[in-house]
Amino acid sequence: MNIQTITQINSFLAAFVLLTAFGMLAQKKINSLIHLFTWQGLFLSINTAIVGYVAGRHHLYISSVLTLALKVILLPYILHLLIARLKIRKDVETIVNIPATMLIGIALVIFSYHLTAPVRELSTFITRSTLAIALATVMIGLLMMITRKHAVTQIIGFLAMENGLFFAATSATYGMPLVVELGVALDVLIAAFIFGMFFFQIHTTFDSLDVDQMARLKEES
Amino acid sequence: MAGFIIEILQIALVIGLAPIFAGWVKMLKCWSQGRSSPSILQPYRNLLKLFSKDIILAENASWIFRFTPYLVFGTGVLVSAIIPLLSTDLPLALTADVIVLVSLFAIARFFTALAGMDIGTAFGGMGSSREMMIASISEPAMLMAIFTVSLSCGSTSLSRIVEVIYSPASVIKPSLAFAFIAFVLITLAETGRVPVDNPATHLELTMVHEAMILEYSGRHLALIEWAGMMKLFLFISLGVALFAPVGIAVSTNPAGIPLAFVYLSLKLGFSGIVIVLIETGLAKMRLFRLTEFLGAAFLMATLGMLSFFMLE
Repeated sequence: MNIQTITQINSFLAAFVLLTAFGMLAQKKINSLIHLFTWQGLFLSINTAIVGYVAGRHHLYISSVLTLALKVILLPYILHLLIARLKIRKDVETIVNIPATMLIGIALVIFSYHLTAPVRELSTFITRSTLAIALATVMIGLLMMITRKHAVTQIIGFLAMENGLFFAATSATYGMPLVVELGVALDVLIAAFIFGMFFFQIHTTFDSLDVDQMARLKEES
Repeated sequence: MAGFIIEILQIALVIGLAPIFAGWVKMLKCWSQGRSSPSILQPYRNLLKLFSKDIILAENASWIFRFTPYLVFGTGVLVSAIIPLLSTDLPLALTADVIVLVSLFAIARFFTALAGMDIGTAFGGMGSSREMMIASISEPAMLMAIFTVSLSCGSTSLSRIVEVIYSPASVIKPSLAFAFIAFVLITLAETGRVPVDNPATHLELTMVHEAMILEYSGRHLALIEWAGMMKLFLFISLGVALFAPVGIAVSTNPAGIPLAFVYLSLKLGFSGIVIVLIETGLAKMRLFRLTEFLGAAFLMATLGMLSFFMLE
């Protein structure tokens, strides 16, 4: 494969990552949301492997496999298990004003394009143009955490943000050192377990995972 | 000179074959629902029947009402002169680019909406207001999708765009992929196919396009229905020309035209199958959910444009 084809596949995968990010922003059903998250992880994993191949950084293969195992298999499995246990598989979240959220998302993409312009000028990596998309994915994940009310979707937003960060590291510097990546992967895994426990707690206390309910936590006066 | 012959050939092709394409789609749809289908030539018979019938005009119909069918049909003819169906060597394509194309469709829609309100029946007004609601989102989305394609080809002329995409040097780009998805969604909305409007029903509460033309009869109705079929044909062939121009005759060689015709028929036949698959798989959306559907089209087109700047 020549460099041009690889650049092309790379930018396609980047575009898909952005697409799944937007899809998650608009998706109301928790079940489909987890599917989208799985797809994003898959695109990310393939992208990492390709970058590893073209840059000759073999540790990226390991992080690619790690991404595959963690974000495509394990985390979606845990999330599915969780929503099955909590009996919220069919839950449909009410999102206020999807088109407006989408417009904010587009604005965020433009903003991150503008923000990464200096890096793009200086960098010589073939992945430099995907940096803007990586940053946009982080921001869209953040936006999702802000706009959603359901605890599970907020966590998926958080995980999508982590995806974006990982993507940014791959495209800006051909990945972080392996030790750091291993550490982050472990952190995410532990975080998922802790979230799971919290969900059970919240669910038993409030009988709902809507975080608005937590306003009831105020002291009686 | 050859260019003008191709031009006339193309217009004749669109006018003549649009009903067959409509018949093909209807036939596939019947098969997919396990019904026996009318003949593929049935749309011609319908048109013939309508042409031989008298026109019944409402007493308070103004000139707009009588003028609209001819205008709608005329814009269809004009558009078929500037979309490269068989060859990119179109003299008229130099005078009208893709923005003109969108505005031609917009003029037709504007007058149809006016005619819907002209008689003053409740259905006409309802249809017009719905149509305008759809148009207000689908038109920007369509322009955005087309701008994306224009940007990556460096021109707004349709002939030029097709030549650039068809050239061996061109590659599949993410921006074009996004623009394609957006275009498919917009085509469904603009031609009144299932998730947006149901072309087969006169059910009062859901119809959009049918509500506007409810008062038409005779040859007026025939012209409007024919124009509707042409619109479907033109949108599909525009999509085919922009995103899959395989087999189109690029230079002025008449020998390429028959082959281009064969390719075009194959591509149209295949697009018909895709349309029917989409229509069978989806239910008609509630009117107020259409903003989400069309918003998705707009989002896709915008993402296409952004990814052109970011990735290419």
